[in-house]
Amino acid sequence: MTLIDLANPSKFLTLTARVLPWLAGATAILLLIGLYQAAMAPDDYQQGATVKIMFVHVPNAWLAMFVWGVMSMAALGTLVWRHPLADVAAKAAAPIGAAFTFLALVTGSLWGRPMWGTYWEWDARLTSVLILFLMYLGLMALWRAVEDPSRAARAAAVLTLVGALNLPIIKFSVDWWNTLHQPASVLRMGGPSLDKAFLIPLLVMAVGFSLLFVTLHIAAMRNEILRRRVRSLQMMQASQQAA
Amino acid sequence: MTALAALIRRDIKIALRVGGGALIGVLFFLTVTVLMPFAIGPDLPLLARLGPAILWLGALLASLLTLDRLFTADHEDGSLDLIAMGQTPLELACAAKALAHWLAAGVPLIVATPALGLLLNLDASATSAVALTLLVGTPALTFTGMIGAALAVTLHRGGLLLAVLVLPLSIPVLIFGVAASQAAISGPLSFGTPFSILCALSLVSLVVGPFAAAASLRHGLD
Amino acid sequence: MRLSGRQISCIRGGRGVFSGLDFEASSGEVLAVVGPNGSGKTSLLRLLAGLLAPAGGSIELEGGEAELTLPEQAHYLGHRDALKPALSVRENLSFWRDFLGGKAGDVSESLSAVGLGHAIHLPAAFLSAGQRRRLSIARLLVVRRSVWLLDEPTSALDTAGQDLFVGVMREHLAGGGIIVAATHTPLGIEARELRMGGGK
Repeated sequence: MTLIDLANPSKFLTLTARVLPWLAGATAILLLIGLYQAAMAPDDYQQGATVKIMFVHVPNAWLAMFVWGVMSMAALGTLVWRHPLADVAAKAAAPIGAAFTFLALVTGSLWGRPMWGTYWEWDARLTSVLILFLMYLGLMALWRAVEDPSRAARAAAVLTLVGALNLPIIKFSVDWWNTLHQPASVLRMGGPSLDKAFLIPLLVMAVGFSLLFVTLHIAAMRNEILRRRVRSLQMMQASQQAA
Repeated sequence: MTALAALIRRDIKIALRVGGGALIGVLFFLTVTVLMPFAIGPDLPLLARLGPAILWLGALLASLLTLDRLFTADHEDGSLDLIAMGQTPLELACAAKALAHWLAAGVPLIVATPALGLLLNLDASATSAVALTLLVGTPALTFTGMIGAALAVTLHRGGLLLAVLVLPLSIPVLIFGVAASQAAISGPLSFGTPFSILCALSLVSLVVGPFAAAASLRHGLD
Repeated sequence: MRLSGRQISCIRGGRGVFSGLDFEASSGEVLAVVGPNGSGKTSLLRLLAGLLAPAGGSIELEGGEAELTLPEQAHYLGHRDALKPALSVRENLSFWRDFLGGKAGDVSESLSAVGLGHAIHLPAAFLSAGQRRRLSIARLLVVRRSVWLLDEPTSALDTAGQDLFVGVMREHLAGGGIIVAATHTPLGIEARELRMGGGK
């Protein structure tokens, strides 16, 4: 078994069929351990129990960006090597990335409610994540707008890469816009000075959520491969003459 | 009735399937609304004051842009010829198409309003006021916009021309929609007056829109 | 039943397409409208379908259903197939059956009759041009209407499709129907000819 084997859709299907249950099991165990540890973690002296939202929020926010990175790699695969699986990987990742981004937004605003007194504050970080969410939705809309997947593939790949290049610029602009309007940041969260009691459960949750992404991504890729096979079978069926 | 029901069902199905535009309208609404604070600044009290106006402008543009293809798609593939030949009066068929468009593209905008209200720092009562005025007012936008969509068939042009034709027609709806929302939030007007006028505008457009659109289409069929 | 036109003239875009046109066709007859490009074949069919208003003259259908107009008793098969690629073959045909109403037949049977029985559940986007034309022909079968207005009906069809269509037309004529067809190629069926663009 080499990496080349994985590049063949049929081999990909058989291999992942074997791997997927193990991945799903490992994901479930890690997330359970992480949740247990998070529940056992002490309350913050300032924020009380609300700090525990962090254990869900941070992994989601991290994955929100990571998934776009995965999609950018896949986009390169589509544009440079024109590999069919690359587009499948990118297309399957987009809704999952959007879901992680959405969860990051929701948990962020739930966290912000007791801190800021409103669910939403145009804080630089939250705002950047919101724009990322919009870009995910736009990309999904692009795939939905074109019926033929091979035609949508290149357009989506270009947009993904442009997005990847633009994300730092957007982040910078939003930071600038934000500091222009409100010099003092309301809340500074995270940072490296995190206590060990928080750090370990957070790492476990981060790994657990990453595995969750890998599991969901492989499952979604399998679905997409099968969906495309159904499509080509249907096209073959349509071109048959009536008996 | 089966003919109209079939037409409504078909249009909703097409709008929701791959290649359909219904959900892109919501995405547009979301994007326009998110864009506003970048121009105005992240000042929450100011955003709360401007919120109803921002939401109404976003909904107006979103419902207008999705209207573009209301009749042109049917015209290009020949469906419109057959619809015009049917026993169903063209006015009713137009009304059915507009209703289907409102259900597929207008209602999602109203559903999305609470989430966007959160972003603009509107409280629950303000958000429900905006959602209520949109619920009553967006049919007026669809049914007046339909006239422009029918003209687009006659003129063989859509897009920006449609916007230029229809946007002035929707000014009254915008005035009373925003006025009613503002009245509900801060006064000093009572909510009832602008809201009743908004209802009246919707009812008038429900009658005028289909007739004007059908008249325009009859000339556009050649 | 008798379809007749008296002294019909047609003006489009300020240009007189034809004028003083007389024709008639009775039950069981085919009127083949022939003539060079631009002679007004399509315009004549669209006049009959009520999609254009004649500049002069009169069109009459005697012996039809009294309370219905000619377009409401006619099928129009134009250059465009009136299909939605996002809908399945069955959904496309079911829509036209429900919308056109009247005496409606069975969707599956009509699809089998035009050789699309294997593709009922497939999206119409997957059909070839010939298959799309077959699906439009199924529309003529699923709703019974006595007058068929056909514009180049066989243009996208292969020989098997043309044979099939001749059979479909014969059946319609045997049931007392009238066909008016604009065509460049012989229909493969005996027809009364209406020559357009002759000197005028």
